[in-house]
Amino acid sequence: MSRDCRHCDGLSRSRFLHRAAAEAGRGLPAIEQGMPLPAGSGLSRRSFLAHGLGAALSVYGASRLGLGALEAGIAAAAGSPSAPVLVSVFLEGGADGLSVLSPQGDPLYRKLRPKLAIAGGTALREDDRLHWHPALGGLAQLYGEGKVTVMPAIGYTNADQSHFTSRHYWEVGATSTSLQTGWLGRYLDAVGTGDNPLQGLSLDDTLAPALATARVPVASLAGPDQYDFWSSNVWGEVEQRMLEGIGRLGAAQSDPALANAAFVSAQVDRLRTQLLPFQPADDGTPAYTSPVAYPQSADSDFPKKLAGLAAMLAAGLPLRAVALSAPGEYDTHSAQPAALSSGLKLTGDSLLAFQRDLEARGLADRVLVHVWSEFGRRAQENGSQGTDHGAAGTSFLVGSRVTGTMLGEFPGLRSGLDEDGNLRATSDFRAVYCSLLEQWLGVDAGRVIPQAGSFQRPKLIA
Amino acid sequence: MPGVAAYRGTFSAAQAERLLWRAGFGPRAGEAEALAALGLEGAVHALTNPGPEKLVGPKPHDEKGLPLAPYDAWGHDHCWWLDRMVRTSRPLVERMALVWHDWFATSNDGVSSQRLMLRQNQLFRDHGLGSFHDLLERVTADPAMLLWLNGSDNSKWSPNENYAREMMELFTLGAGRGYGERDVRQQARALTGFRNDWRNTVGPTNFRYDPGYHDTGVKTIFGHRGAYTWKGSVRLCVTHRDHASFLVRKLWSYFVPTAPDAATQGALERLYRHDGHALKPVVAAILRHPALYEGPRMVKSPVLYTAGLLRRIGRGVDTTSWTWLDAMAGQQLFRPPNVGGWDDTRWLDTATWRGRWWIAQYVLRPYSLDPGTSEQPFDAQALLAGALDFWRNPALGDTTHGALLAFAKAALADAGTTGWKRKEYAVMTHNALRHLIAVSPELQAA
Repeated sequence: MSRDCRHCDGLSRSRFLHRAAAEAGRGLPAIEQGMPLPAGSGLSRRSFLAHGLGAALSVYGASRLGLGALEAGIAAAAGSPSAPVLVSVFLEGGADGLSVLSPQGDPLYRKLRPKLAIAGGTALREDDRLHWHPALGGLAQLYGEGKVTVMPAIGYTNADQSHFTSRHYWEVGATSTSLQTGWLGRYLDAVGTGDNPLQGLSLDDTLAPALATARVPVASLAGPDQYDFWSSNVWGEVEQRMLEGIGRLGAAQSDPALANAAFVSAQVDRLRTQLLPFQPADDGTPAYTSPVAYPQSADSDFPKKLAGLAAMLAAGLPLRAVALSAPGEYDTHSAQPAALSSGLKLTGDSLLAFQRDLEARGLADRVLVHVWSEFGRRAQENGSQGTDHGAAGTSFLVGSRVTGTMLGEFPGLRSGLDEDGNLRATSDFRAVYCSLLEQWLGVDAGRVIPQAGSFQRPKLIA
Repeated sequence: MPGVAAYRGTFSAAQAERLLWRAGFGPRAGEAEALAALGLEGAVHALTNPGPEKLVGPKPHDEKGLPLAPYDAWGHDHCWWLDRMVRTSRPLVERMALVWHDWFATSNDGVSSQRLMLRQNQLFRDHGLGSFHDLLERVTADPAMLLWLNGSDNSKWSPNENYAREMMELFTLGAGRGYGERDVRQQARALTGFRNDWRNTVGPTNFRYDPGYHDTGVKTIFGHRGAYTWKGSVRLCVTHRDHASFLVRKLWSYFVPTAPDAATQGALERLYRHDGHALKPVVAAILRHPALYEGPRMVKSPVLYTAGLLRRIGRGVDTTSWTWLDAMAGQQLFRPPNVGGWDDTRWLDTATWRGRWWIAQYVLRPYSLDPGTSEQPFDAQALLAGALDFWRNPALGDTTHGALLAFAKAALADAGTTGWKRKEYAVMTHNALRHLIAVSPELQAA
């Protein structure tokens, strides 16, 4: 969809990196789970046919440390008292807030959305104009239990309608195009250690920009099947030796650039072998069990990632900030209804399962989920069963410890739209970050968010 | 005044190869030897005065054999430029275009027009070795830049400071060097007057300077008062006392990984000022400097790595996979991460290294030998020699050579005395050696 949309090249950047990883296997020997290995191999492919969690750990920003130190740091941190965990879930593309929480009680809603107005779904007890999208039954259920804080019109003044720019603002925690570290990265720089890359974990192919640090290492875990090092016409024992050869290329070098390349070769090799204990069984069964059932999806690893995340927390891995992208297509310039429903359903049902999982494991008081999107969409629908880029959108905090009290009112469609017909923000994402930092993560927001003093501190934690 | 030091040591194929990596995209077969024959002065002269462009080698096409559509098809812009890097007879011209693309880092993420991005790219190609003053004027009025940093949103009624700020912070002076917030605001006023229209199906169009949109009032910039226009704004930056030091330091960093010593820095600044902001003499002086030949290596950027492998074996651009492969490795052309450009000190991590593994895999795939039908010697030394020959015998250090040989010996030992294994393992080991050579430290840094 985004490739055909002149306005949405900004989406392609990260989208394309995801696809790149998926396409890396295209045209290679068809060696997948359940398919026969090539003749003559006879070797387990455990080290590079990874499924489920721990397929690959990529460490960022730790070039001065050897892997041994990183492993030791992870082990040491795992034994220390538990830190609070913030999980950032990104709805990429600009989710339509007026469908996520449809203002069915606003008399202008059906006029602005003659084709796309949502019907049904449960009304919010705090504002009965607003209804949960029918596909978001999972979040509605948690909301009923007081475990969801709703922000019905969040953003910032003078909203930028570029995916790239607005997303960047949210990622860096400031309306600045020049900041190169993420807001969670700066939090980790303030409280993290130099030897624990798992403190900031991106559950995607590449590092989530919100986690980009200046001082301490962070990591990304690629999805299943994605950390592979195949070579055409090399298999079996020779392939195993070749993979070991990557480590051999990591031998010490005196030239700094050669040393850098060699060091990263060694990292690649060590990480590959380090993760062997996480390997699933040969039939693909994960190395962990979940106490609850997660949604099944052929299209998205999102539920699997959350299940794995709960298992990692239960195993005592020293995580502090985690980021991942929600499933679904949110840049809905056309054919909005179907695209939105399926993504929202899988997202909401998975978050419900994750919360239940944490509760069953006794971890629910340690974990808070922040759901966000770079902007909302235009109030007036367009001519192709879709909506264009807007301003304020919706965001949620999910967890046992949230207040469950709506933050910022829904401004209404008569007086709540700006001159471009976009929803005005009634809460500021930077204020939410400041409160999360101080009330949940326990660090002075002034160390992390530029001009933190100029933002309110809404009460977010009960 | 003292000049810039020049390298006086041996200038053989090894030095010429390093020069071709720094000033271009690595040697094609025989190129390093040919350049070495010219001597250092002749080589730098040839690179800085290359004559009309000739494109050498097979024309680019996509995986279906169709010509690239760089204005229209997603990712074809990247491959179009990569092809120029691979086939050009003017490597330094293309390399300077890459320098300016990073320096004036404009992303199609904000421009949303491959046509306008390629127009800017041609500007860098045509003027990248001319005068910086002229280049900055052209960039300031360039449509892609006007969109990227809101130059055509900046009017006398509604000033937009985006370009004014970056012009000083990133393009000419450096953050906080010799200007303040007041200068940003005043520069923004001076830069007003650019506009464009928007047409459905075409997008942004009809870029122009409209005096009616320009703020004609008096501005105070760097302490100077005047009714400055955009040309005055550019001139004030280029003649600012802190500009030459910024330009020299930044330009140098693209060619040499260690900072210039004070004498070199000073001499290059004088050269730059003396020649009226001409770039060619400064670049030529850097290319002759001893630090380039005697100092440490530089990690290749992903695009340099890819173009270099293709040039090494004489392969053209025959798939558009290079776009996503180079992005995996951290560098998609026309999409720098932000206006600050790529971070040239952080190309390698375990994710981007894996991108390079896949680049090498895609370079090698058409040539890979089938273990069922090919023959290779069952001898580690001979296999390594053969795989090195495939890559036209790059110079490897003893450490890497030893690592590759140890791999080959271990792989062959696994075959034992089983006949089919001895035959097939030799071929697979040869394939794997090609791949390991391509990702070895020596091929990642030059």
